[in-house]
Amino acid sequence: MTPILQPQSRVLSRRSFLVTTGGLGIAVAFGSVPDLASGAAMAPAAEGDFRPNAWITIGVDGTVSIISPAVEMGQGITTTLPLLVAEELDADWSRVRVVQAPSDAETYGNPGFYGIQLTGGSESTRGYNALLRMTGAQTRLILLAGAAGMLNVPVSELETEPHRVLHPSSGRSLDYGEIAARAVLPDPLPQATEADLKQSHRWRYIGSRTIQRIDVPSKVNGTAVFGIDVQLPDMLYGAVLRAPVQDERPETIDDAEARDVPGITHIVPLSYGVGIVGETVEATRRAKDLLNVTWSTTSRVRNYSSQRLLDEYRAVGRDLGQQGVPAHTKGDAEAAIAGATTVIEADYMSDHVAHATMEPMNATALVTGDRVEIWAPTQGPTGTQGFAAEVVGTTPDKVKVNTTLLGGGFGRKAEADFIIDAVSLAKAVEGRPVKVIWSREDDVRHDKFRPLEAQHVKVGLDAEGNIVGWRHRIVADSIFARTLPPVFEEAGGHDDVVTEGAKFNYTVPAHQIEYLRQDNGLAIGFWFAVGVGYTRFAIECVVDEIAAARGIDPVALRLELLKDQPRARKVIETVARMAEWDRARDGRGLGVAYSDAFGSHCAQVAEVSLNRDTGAIRVHKVWCAIDPGVAIQPLHIEAMMMTGITNGTGHALFEQINVIDGEVQESNFDTYRVIRMSEAPEIEVAVVPTPGSPFGGIGQAGLPPTGPAIANAVARLTGGVRLRHYPFTPERVKAALDI
Amino acid sequence: MSYAISVNGQVHHVEDDGQTPLLWVLRDTLKLTGTKYGCGVAQCGACTVHVDGTPTRSCTLPLEVAASARITTIESIEGVEAQAIRGAWVARDVPQCGFCQSGQIMSAVALLRTLKTPTDRDIDVAMSGNICRCATYNRIRAAIHDAAAQLGTAR
Ligand code: FES
Ligand code: FES
Repeated sequence: MTPILQPQSRVLSRRSFLVTTGGLGIAVAFGSVPDLASGAAMAPAAEGDFRPNAWITIGVDGTVSIISPAVEMGQGITTTLPLLVAEELDADWSRVRVVQAPSDAETYGNPGFYGIQLTGGSESTRGYNALLRMTGAQTRLILLAGAAGMLNVPVSELETEPHRVLHPSSGRSLDYGEIAARAVLPDPLPQATEADLKQSHRWRYIGSRTIQRIDVPSKVNGTAVFGIDVQLPDMLYGAVLRAPVQDERPETIDDAEARDVPGITHIVPLSYGVGIVGETVEATRRAKDLLNVTWSTTSRVRNYSSQRLLDEYRAVGRDLGQQGVPAHTKGDAEAAIAGATTVIEADYMSDHVAHATMEPMNATALVTGDRVEIWAPTQGPTGTQGFAAEVVGTTPDKVKVNTTLLGGGFGRKAEADFIIDAVSLAKAVEGRPVKVIWSREDDVRHDKFRPLEAQHVKVGLDAEGNIVGWRHRIVADSIFARTLPPVFEEAGGHDDVVTEGAKFNYTVPAHQIEYLRQDNGLAIGFWFAVGVGYTRFAIECVVDEIAAARGIDPVALRLELLKDQPRARKVIETVARMAEWDRARDGRGLGVAYSDAFGSHCAQVAEVSLNRDTGAIRVHKVWCAIDPGVAIQPLHIEAMMMTGITNGTGHALFEQINVIDGEVQESNFDTYRVIRMSEAPEIEVAVVPTPGSPFGGIGQAGLPPTGPAIANAVARLTGGVRLRHYPFTPERVKAALDI
Repeated sequence: MSYAISVNGQVHHVEDDGQTPLLWVLRDTLKLTGTKYGCGVAQCGACTVHVDGTPTRSCTLPLEVAASARITTIESIEGVEAQAIRGAWVARDVPQCGFCQSGQIMSAVALLRTLKTPTDRDIDVAMSGNICRCATYNRIRAAIHDAAAQLGTAR
């Protein structure tokens, strides 16, 4: 939980003040006219202003503009974060405008996420909420003080209603705009404390089911601007032919035919491929197809074949003699298991999966001397500045990043490869902006997939069936070793995101989690829920295996293992009730799973049927109960659960990337199958917050329980046939049925 | 070559290769960026426009073929069905990232123009060519039913 921070406020000028908490400051300005087209729900940061001087401005007309430090990729954060400010400020939400933060980690970095400006990890609400709420409360106090001066009454006689300060005894009142226009800031400023935050029963917006997302209207009429839609005067287009195998380099480039394509202006050899610049997208694509390039053959990724490696990973997981890096150790699990009456041992695995964000990778860049300006759908403006500076040979402060809306992110747009493309090509045509759009084929083939992984779980039970020890070995390559080497090294070779979710809140007396890194060269990345997406698959299926071994109900077993966890019990009991867990269905099975990852508790029940001849699984319905701590936007939480559950279904059933000799076999949606409307399960969500608990993460919380709930349902439907390898393709299902 | 192309009720003269997909002409020449690129091979539906009223994937429609038809894009799709669909979409906060939604809306409007009260099965058939990676499918389905009901009451 982020502790509530104690802010310090000081006057910056006659019209502005700074609220500082734990090193991060939020500037608030009164009386300026916000630089926003009226009615625009979302505006880019003011042009030419590298560091706007205020996060929050209250205009003379009362318009409150609030910067969203996090980026919008469909997770609703540009509504959520400003809403928290508006709540404590007691602002009228309809008079709030949201502005996307420019790239400036010093000002906008997430205090709960290494201080960097990167939207991901379901960390935004958790990291920013205390700061934003305190700033809202502080600003409200200052408005009250200003109004007291204007009305010549003591502050204690004043109160607020949305966007107004009232003096009930005289019936006088002032709009926030009037105060912002005329008030003189008191010096010293009143200082807000935690006691100034609203009690939850006084919340107007938090928990409201009528607040709609600010970005929705622009997304039903084609006006929303994603990275791919950026249009600039004099703009050129770019495409990059990448090596078929990662880390190979072009050795000879025959561009004779490519150059002849009308509209092609530049061919740009790059260390990792060949860039093409031209007047139209179509011209660059045609030219790209006409390039004849021979590639180096030295990359060790050429040895990468995913199915063979997965067999090896499984063998490593089983070979208990191979020591891993300890990720979590409680008691002596191995000794406890050695003395157990029953031992349950299983391997769980998953193939690589691709992000396939609906908006493919793209970026637009303009290089002028040592200055770079970028327009991109990026999750990480800070990283973007650094990588772009490196390409151009300048410093990050000379790089301005304009973050557009993101057509999906899921961790993929935290990478910088598409940014590097645009900056490299823009550098070659200095003075003109270049927009690079990846083809879908490149987007899939050159993705940074979720790790290929195998897990070995070994659990010992005593004569009564109590768990005495739990060992969990996770065998996979590392994401942090590539993306955050210092973090990886500092953790002694442990990768927190790859093993994320292995630690659970079930009560076990001895628990050992080990990480066995496999370095095979292929770059892997952050995918929806990262490690939790597979660690909970293994854990939740093994819990059902234990229940089956003991001959008890899986819901009852979970409740027993979570005796002292009221929030966990609540979601499990709620979902069991919603699904009528005890009612048998003809030809269909129910399976349950639970996760406490990302600071939220989520339990799901899946109802499935199975075609034994074809091996096809159909997921008919998923019930979900989620306790996010505080439910800021319940409607949106339901939507995020649907995203997680539906994609959780798709990735458990279909999604699969195969790499053979370093070459990715899938390339577009005809070969990389994602879930479609006709396959999406019906979904029912109950949002069950717990008053007084911390703010949990929501973005990724819905996905992890779905796959294991499906596998557990299949096992119950088939008298114990276990599916232990994502995705559950028909061939794998049939193979499992035949055993 | 030069083509006269009718988009959103206006004729534009476009200088381009006849094989260029309509999608890029719309987006880059006419600056109608509401129509999206998602796959380029008629697999995802992000680029859906109406061609003489029929929902069509503009990523695989050559300019020279499109030039003889009436094209409508998300920016100016009108009429009672379009209004009802947009209204239902906003009321249910259907979009998440929103990238697929132009295509979803174009497919949904075309569906309601042919079928007044589509069943779930009709919706599956009409909408399964439109991928939504944010998986807004259930809200899309509900919003189509809402819009159909609203049109039914209005009639
Ligand atoms: S872009 Fe046309 S169907 Fe995908
Ligand atoms: S709303 Fe994001 S792809 Fe559909």
